[in-house]
Amino acid sequence: MNDVIQTFHESGAGALFPPLLHVPSWLPFVLAYLVGGGIIVAFMAIMALVWTYGERRIAGFIQVRLGPNRVGPLGILQPLADAIKLLAKEDIMPSAANWSLFTAAPILVFLGAMLPFAVLPFSERIVLTNMQLGLYFVLAFQAIEVIGILMAGWGPGSKWSLYGGMRLAAQMLSYEIPMGLCVLVVIFLAGSLNLGEIVAWQSQGPWILGWAIFRSPAAFVAFFMFYIAGLAGTKRAPFDLPEAESELVAGYHTEYSGLRFAFFFMSEYAAMYVVCALAAILFLGGWHGPIPRPALPENAAFFNAWLDAIHAQAGGGLSVAASLEVFAATLAGTAFSRLGLTIAAYEIVGVINMFLKAFGLYFVMIWVRWTLPRIRIDQVMYLCLKVLLPIGLVCATWAAIQVVVFP
Amino acid sequence: MTHETTREYADSLRTEELLINMGPQHPSTHGVLRLIVQTDGEMVRRTWPQIGFLHRCFEKIAESLDYAKVIPYTDRMDYLGSMNNPLPFCLAVEKLGGFAVPDRASYLRVIMAELNRIASHLLAFGTYALDLGAFTPFLYGFREREMILSIFEKISGGRLLYHYPRIGGVARDMTPEIAADIRAFLVQMRKVWPEYNTLLSKNQIFVKRTANVGVIPREQAIAYGLTGPCLRGSGVAFDLRKAHPYCGYEHFSFDVPVGEGAMGTTGDCWDRYWVRMVEMMESCKIVEQALDGLPEGPFFEKVGRSFDLPEGEAYVPCENPRGELGFYVVADGSSKALRVKSRAPSFCNLCITDAVCRDVLLADVVAIIGSIDIVLGEVDR
Repeated sequence: MNDVIQTFHESGAGALFPPLLHVPSWLPFVLAYLVGGGIIVAFMAIMALVWTYGERRIAGFIQVRLGPNRVGPLGILQPLADAIKLLAKEDIMPSAANWSLFTAAPILVFLGAMLPFAVLPFSERIVLTNMQLGLYFVLAFQAIEVIGILMAGWGPGSKWSLYGGMRLAAQMLSYEIPMGLCVLVVIFLAGSLNLGEIVAWQSQGPWILGWAIFRSPAAFVAFFMFYIAGLAGTKRAPFDLPEAESELVAGYHTEYSGLRFAFFFMSEYAAMYVVCALAAILFLGGWHGPIPRPALPENAAFFNAWLDAIHAQAGGGLSVAASLEVFAATLAGTAFSRLGLTIAAYEIVGVINMFLKAFGLYFVMIWVRWTLPRIRIDQVMYLCLKVLLPIGLVCATWAAIQVVVFP
Repeated sequence: MTHETTREYADSLRTEELLINMGPQHPSTHGVLRLIVQTDGEMVRRTWPQIGFLHRCFEKIAESLDYAKVIPYTDRMDYLGSMNNPLPFCLAVEKLGGFAVPDRASYLRVIMAELNRIASHLLAFGTYALDLGAFTPFLYGFREREMILSIFEKISGGRLLYHYPRIGGVARDMTPEIAADIRAFLVQMRKVWPEYNTLLSKNQIFVKRTANVGVIPREQAIAYGLTGPCLRGSGVAFDLRKAHPYCGYEHFSFDVPVGEGAMGTTGDCWDRYWVRMVEMMESCKIVEQALDGLPEGPFFEKVGRSFDLPEGEAYVPCENPRGELGFYVVADGSSKALRVKSRAPSFCNLCITDAVCRDVLLADVVAIIGSIDIVLGEVDR
């Protein structure tokens, strides 16, 4: 690490970055992960509050009513009041509950919802870990959430919870396969599992025409299928069978109260963001367009070289939380330099683009939820296994052929 | 123990059916109905409806009160059809006492009964959507129901329980302002009805959830004594307003919608739902005709607060939103009835639950109960 910085300074670009303090080489990494992880979790907690407020206002608009409007101006403090209410609630565990499963379930669900953020980029450089197997990591850790919910189904010893867990198991088997096939389409076309590289592949072409959905009909179809499977994956209406209120009381979280319930609740919103962001990254060009980003000046090359050096230093495909290093360096030395400002603007526009797409998709989720009735469990399985799966196979095959024939 | 195949292994496992208790605090049992459901995975093998959580001894109370004082109690039976409920009781008492009801009162009774039918069906529409997981139609239904409740509030003072039809006539007269409100409501209702259909009735998911589900064949519907939209949904065009007209229903032209299996089989949940939807439009027609032809004159025949009825007995049924509500009144010459028996449509319609909910999915049970549209206040009385 230190010799990287040394080399960097010797290369002449050092004027931009004052030498960092001499510290053990592992310390920045550990600190970066701790701070970065903390920021992500705090950010997600705040976003979950904002999204619940947004959802309730939009639902109010759709349902010709006002929505929350009592706590604070326009009711914006309502989710905060709800969170405090949940914290103050009694923590009840049914006497028939299996203690270990009952306790572990919300933790696993929360873990499964939060871990994808370790690799999920918000913009080109704003990412905790730029992992080569990023996409695989996200999909793998999303599945942990399912295990947690199965445990929540069995743990409380309630029949309604058990039904919720059973339904989720059936639903997961149905949606995971078509979802994987849709992802495969993009992997074939982009030739990478690295989320950053997948987005970089979509930056080619004029304005938004480089996006995956405009590059191949297979990807266009796959986008909609991915979104439908994602709805099923996040248990949102019309696929909210595991927690179907009118059938299973509250499904797998029937017996959970207080903070444990809050964990399920927050995980659901985090998982929704993951699916929306993933759809934006895989199919809609991530942080490219619709708002064009300012061009980077010539000397940005040094900056990139420095980043690459850090990546290489970390060894193998697993890179470090380079973005935080950049952030620190920017604060320390280049905050007022032209390069620093340009890169900051570059990244901020990227984040705005990302959020535009993710929140747009999120809005559609809300819209669908407050419009459509719920599908029956056999219809979910029919839709996923007999409709989406064959289409997904066709799309994946098409993508594979397209890569070979029109490289 | 070894097994040759997975199948053999599966067969060697002990399995048993799960008894599950649905209600009385379940979100979609429409009040305090309790269903004991025998399930095999998601499949429901049998259901046992348990009732009586709302029993209030209506029939016994009716024996100890003057005839006029029974009316508030009838209101509380089917609390979503409070304008319709007192009607058969009033008609039965009027028949026993030989009271002549002014024409204007009959017309007012018809207008209010039909408006309440619309309000009740609007709620049935909303809660049915809610049972199937769509939240928004419920609030749309409430929006239009609110207009009707405002009209009822103006004419009777109440928003849920009205005590409006009285023995000998109605409680208050119609004013031009109320008539204007009703006409405004009819315009609004005709405007939003197609919207309801695009939102829910013709929605693919909704159709898939309700068509071919909970089919009640014509013969079975008759055998179980179903009435109202449940019977007509099975294709039987029986409506008391046509078959045995009361309150001058013979003067109005309207159609009796029946289930035709438009989306699946005749007598499925969608047919019962659709009959209610079309009935709302038919009720609009009746209200419009009654408003146009509202005769002048008194709206009340003075019968006194307490009066003796000559010995005799009478049974008068009326077409309520949920089916045939009839009161069998036995008079013994005093000012109180010797016996009052009510034939409640929700109670009779509920009896078919077990016969229909066999070998269906758990989600279908909710759809079937919702399509029968029960009010527990009336089931238990």
